[in-house]
Amino acid sequence: MANESCLNQESCKPAQFWGLLGLGGLIILGALFAFFTLEHHGHVLTGMNNQIVWGLPHVFAVFMIVAASGVLNVASIGSVFGKKLYKARAPLSGMLALAMLAGGLAVLVLDLGRPDRLVVAMTYYNFKSIFAWNMIFYNGFFAIVGLYLITMMDRKLKDFSKPVGLIAFLWRIGLTTATGSIFGFLVARVGYNSALMAPMFIVMSFAYGLAVFLLVQSSMYKWNAMKLDDRILTRMKNLLGIFIAAALYFNVVFHLTNMYFAKQWAFERFILLDGGIYTMIFWVGQIVVGCILPLILLFSPGARHSIGTVMLASLMVILGGMAQMYVTIVGGQAFPLVLFPGYQESSSFYDGVIHAYSPSIWELLLGMGGVGIAFFLTVAAVRAFKFLPQDDFKSIEAEDA
Amino acid sequence: MNKPVDSKVDGRRGFLKAGAVVAGAAVAPGVLLYGVAHSRPPEEAASSDVRWGMLIDSAKCGDGCNDCVTACNEENGLSGANGPQDTQYIRKLDIKDLRNGRVHSLPMLCQHCENPPCVDVCPTGASMKRADGIVLVDRHICIGCRYCMMACPYKARSFVHETITDQNPEVPRGKGCVESCTFCVQRVDRDENPACVDACNANGHQAMVFGDMNDPESAISKALKSHASTEVRADLGLNTGVRYQGI
Repeated sequence: MANESCLNQESCKPAQFWGLLGLGGLIILGALFAFFTLEHHGHVLTGMNNQIVWGLPHVFAVFMIVAASGVLNVASIGSVFGKKLYKARAPLSGMLALAMLAGGLAVLVLDLGRPDRLVVAMTYYNFKSIFAWNMIFYNGFFAIVGLYLITMMDRKLKDFSKPVGLIAFLWRIGLTTATGSIFGFLVARVGYNSALMAPMFIVMSFAYGLAVFLLVQSSMYKWNAMKLDDRILTRMKNLLGIFIAAALYFNVVFHLTNMYFAKQWAFERFILLDGGIYTMIFWVGQIVVGCILPLILLFSPGARHSIGTVMLASLMVILGGMAQMYVTIVGGQAFPLVLFPGYQESSSFYDGVIHAYSPSIWELLLGMGGVGIAFFLTVAAVRAFKFLPQDDFKSIEAEDA
Repeated sequence: MNKPVDSKVDGRRGFLKAGAVVAGAAVAPGVLLYGVAHSRPPEEAASSDVRWGMLIDSAKCGDGCNDCVTACNEENGLSGANGPQDTQYIRKLDIKDLRNGRVHSLPMLCQHCENPPCVDVCPTGASMKRADGIVLVDRHICIGCRYCMMACPYKARSFVHETITDQNPEVPRGKGCVESCTFCVQRVDRDENPACVDACNANGHQAMVFGDMNDPESAISKALKSHASTEVRADLGLNTGVRYQGI
């Protein structure tokens, strides 16, 4: 069966294929184990509490959802903006977007206090809630990107791919706006309420998504013992560099604005200077590993010939993205709510203190499960469908020779 | 000839007047009580003519006194444990002015906002505000996403982290749902004060006044009219149902 479903590949490598699929399956099993354990015992087993209400699962989930919309950007550049190089990569981009969204959403749902009430979430809508709009955007994303994939992969429907691609592009902008606004619309917390959250999440999604795409694409080429043309590599790694720089710029503006407002000083001081683990994750994870090092790597002289360098930079962008989500989601909650500005607060309910959070193994398993689902779906889809970018490699090899 | 008729008429008028007074005296207490206490039969929906509110005088609130918290825990079947995952509907908050060192101790609870952020953000509408201003969680459609806890400016909400036993049948709670102070809605609907207010009155502090802020004759309305009071995080424009004086 492995060989029968093996399309467009130089060698089928069934053992490796089943190995990868099994690895994805194991990770998913781990998440299911965590889910049923938490479902039975309650969230008492997690590190989350009444202070840190969203924890590691949400870091994974939001990162994957943001990256899912970003990875579709590759298709949009091809279909909407007509770039041939990216058009060849549009189907892979669409499939990855679906796989990542499925993974991210699964984590979000499995972490609910009442996951059994998913049907309630799908049937009761409070349209003033940006969270409710997100659910509509997520469901619509599956439908629209699914349709987009069909129009790209069915020759008879090819003509529809441009208009459907445009709708998918607009939808994903809406989706990431809504995801960023989950935090942007939080009126009371100093770490969040900012209109900048929506555009910042969109720019971050470009970077995370392209990084994921480059990693998957490079792995597929390696699997098939093929080499990505240097010109394509150069263009894609330069684009990643621009996205990283743009995300960094938004972060700088976000923090500069906060630093200008006296009422935000304490929070900025917490994140940038004396927030312990959060300060470290911000500077080392988000800024150095997520932005500075990848920029240096991507624009170093050797990068245009080195797929390894680009893969390393992409991996760093992903790790930096996770760090950014951790600082934003957990760090934003760790800093206490200020009920009485100018007053010192204390209570039995942890007012006025930095809130502690240590994620449990269950949260890690749940979060990794999302990655496992995306990985599993990708491995299976790449095996069964024609997702390998169809560039003219014969001529590229001839050029190399 | 006329006179007897007049006297007859007078007599009848007198009888009717007397009858009206007697009938009025018989009915009036019920009508008046109904008007004062706003009690309503269970089948009747809560009315927006009423806005339940609470005024807390931090000057009267006893330093170290925890009676409101204890009463709340007992009424609502809360364990009273203070771990990071334990539910607290009401807590004693100690605040100290960093400029002059002045200290206050006050109960902090759901502020029952007119424009509650928790209700705005709830995806399913489980977080809701009753017509009479009481903010509640519909435990049947809460999916446990905790977005309301992210949104609440007062840290008033708790998530039920584990299975609950020994519940008060009047206050159903459940693992995986979010909960918070209900102003003891089950008591309010019986014309009683929230448990915390009764406890505060019972110990003589009388720091908490509960009542209808829409009724100009209610004790809370009169107190709000005659004393300066503040809303916590008034900058957010939420028009809270809980007000503080003495801060």
